[in-house]
Amino acid sequence: MSLSGSWYHIAVVLLMVTGLYVVMVNTNLVKKVLGLNIFQTSVFVFYIGLGKVEGGTAPILAPGFTHYANPLPHVLILTAIVVGVATTALALSLIVGIHRAYRSVEEDDIEGEERSAADR
Amino acid sequence: MITIISEHLPALQVVIPLICAPLCVLARPGRAAHAVAAIGAAASFAIAALLLLEVSEQGARSYALGGWAAPWGIEYRVDPLSAFVLVIVTAVAAVVFPLTRASVEREVEAERRHLFYALLMLSLAGMAGIAITGDLFNLFVFLEIASLAAYVLVAFGRGGRAKLAALRYLVAGTVGATFVLIGIGLLYATTGTLNMEDIAMRLPQVRQSVAVKSAFAFLVIGVAIKMALYPLHAWLPNAYAAAPAVVSAFLAGSSTKVAVYALIRVVFGVFGADYSFARLSVDWVLLPCAALGVIVGGVAALYQRDVRKMFAWSSVAQVAYMALGATLASAAGLTAALVHMMNHALMKAAIFLALGGIAYRTGALGVDALAGAGRRMPLTLAGFVVASLGLVGVPFTAGFVSKWYLLRAALERDAWLLVAVVVAGTLLTVLYAGRIVEAACLRAPHPAAAPRRREEAPLGVLGALWLLAAASVWLGVDTSLTVGIAERVAEGLLESAAARWR
Repeated sequence: MSLSGSWYHIAVVLLMVTGLYVVMVNTNLVKKVLGLNIFQTSVFVFYIGLGKVEGGTAPILAPGFTHYANPLPHVLILTAIVVGVATTALALSLIVGIHRAYRSVEEDDIEGEERSAADR
Repeated sequence: MITIISEHLPALQVVIPLICAPLCVLARPGRAAHAVAAIGAAASFAIAALLLLEVSEQGARSYALGGWAAPWGIEYRVDPLSAFVLVIVTAVAAVVFPLTRASVEREVEAERRHLFYALLMLSLAGMAGIAITGDLFNLFVFLEIASLAAYVLVAFGRGGRAKLAALRYLVAGTVGATFVLIGIGLLYATTGTLNMEDIAMRLPQVRQSVAVKSAFAFLVIGVAIKMALYPLHAWLPNAYAAAPAVVSAFLAGSSTKVAVYALIRVVFGVFGADYSFARLSVDWVLLPCAALGVIVGGVAALYQRDVRKMFAWSSVAQVAYMALGATLASAAGLTAALVHMMNHALMKAAIFLALGGIAYRTGALGVDALAGAGRRMPLTLAGFVVASLGLVGVPFTAGFVSKWYLLRAALERDAWLLVAVVVAGTLLTVLYAGRIVEAACLRAPHPAAAPRRREEAPLGVLGALWLLAAASVWLGVDTSLTVGIAERVAEGLLESAAARWR
């Protein structure tokens, strides 16, 4: 298994780990959502890589071509991208609501306010 | 007409709630949307009951969506396990949606009620889809449909707290769903198919590969996040405490059960018990997590001041019981997990409805503020006590049946530590449920509190709560429905795995 042949797998792993790190470590809610997006993008790259066929052309039947790229992963990823978009939109609208309630999108400030509200 | 309906029953199970969602959006006044939701939930329950009857008599049934045959097309596969889970989810919906209009009107503004009901129907459609699908990627899609609807439903609660809880739920849930997606991708890469039965058939040839083992890990962890299995449970207590009462009742009664179903389906149906437990030893990971979940959930529940959060932590413990039963991977263990799915759905929904009803009348959310509520609303508290007895596992309630099978499964393996864990969990349940009962029934109300005239929870909520509590008692006495089906399902899951790996 050659390293040069698996460069995109390495990219997938790097993106995945970066995304998860951003989600876990960042206290800014918007940046957490960004991290989530990076994490999801790594999965998209992984799937699309599955569809690549050496010497394959676009998966539309045409005379003279016998090798086509696998269209199924592309379809799966379109679905997953749509899910990701919906999730991001929802997350951002929730953050707007949180900002309206707590006047901040930093987790530390919000937790401080929560704690003082609970003590009151 | 009848034959057309019965032929497409599996598709209708998902389509009817799905269609009701835009209909709810169009039905502007809250009452019309409520009517649409009530009819949709009742119809879904009827379909699920019909499917269960059909499958119990004639065996598993396969439905090719759009006429495209499996494994190329998406297949809906109704077997006794799916039908059982469908009945659980749609039963909770059919009881909760129609009868809780007063509670919804109190907690959701008039301009948004139709959207609220639309989201409830979407959540129901998603969960029905998870239970009925035989295609792994379709499972992911429905998982996300149900989850996204659940995130928004939680956000309908009061104040920034609900939105924060919803966001935390969203982040955890999305990470979990993405893990599931990675697992599906790895399985597709190694087996070339997405159909669950087909993957199960092709797995023996590739099971040595690291990709398959990674796929297993990703899938199990992803589903464990959705299930709120300790230590991946952190999103659940805040989400259930901050959500509107109807949402807590519905989600507590259905969404975690469906996630447990997904775990059972993946571990036993796709990978097989032999691979998962004998070769990959997943029980070495899941059993400690489940045991800790029982204890931590119970102890954390004991220390809560907010009653809804207390029972949300209780849900963490109860889900851990189900995981414990499933991981013991014996006929008794799986029976325990499945029976507990049904019982906990009914009991927890009843409990959250009771708490919502009490909060409706008294505005009380803290344990201390509940003082004297029993004198004001004796029927509501009586229903709550019955449901709590079921949660504890007193004989003649449904909870006793599931605890009995769980103990049997643990004793069969001489797992004395697990027996101790189950007993300890039961004692903790007695303690925290007892706190509520003591505060509400035995303590005198505050002198400054509202006048002590009798005023029960809203009639619909009271009716729903008593219906669920009575069902849990009936299922404790007549166990043929739950145990009969669960035992057959458990044997089927274990046997098909053994046959495959022979």
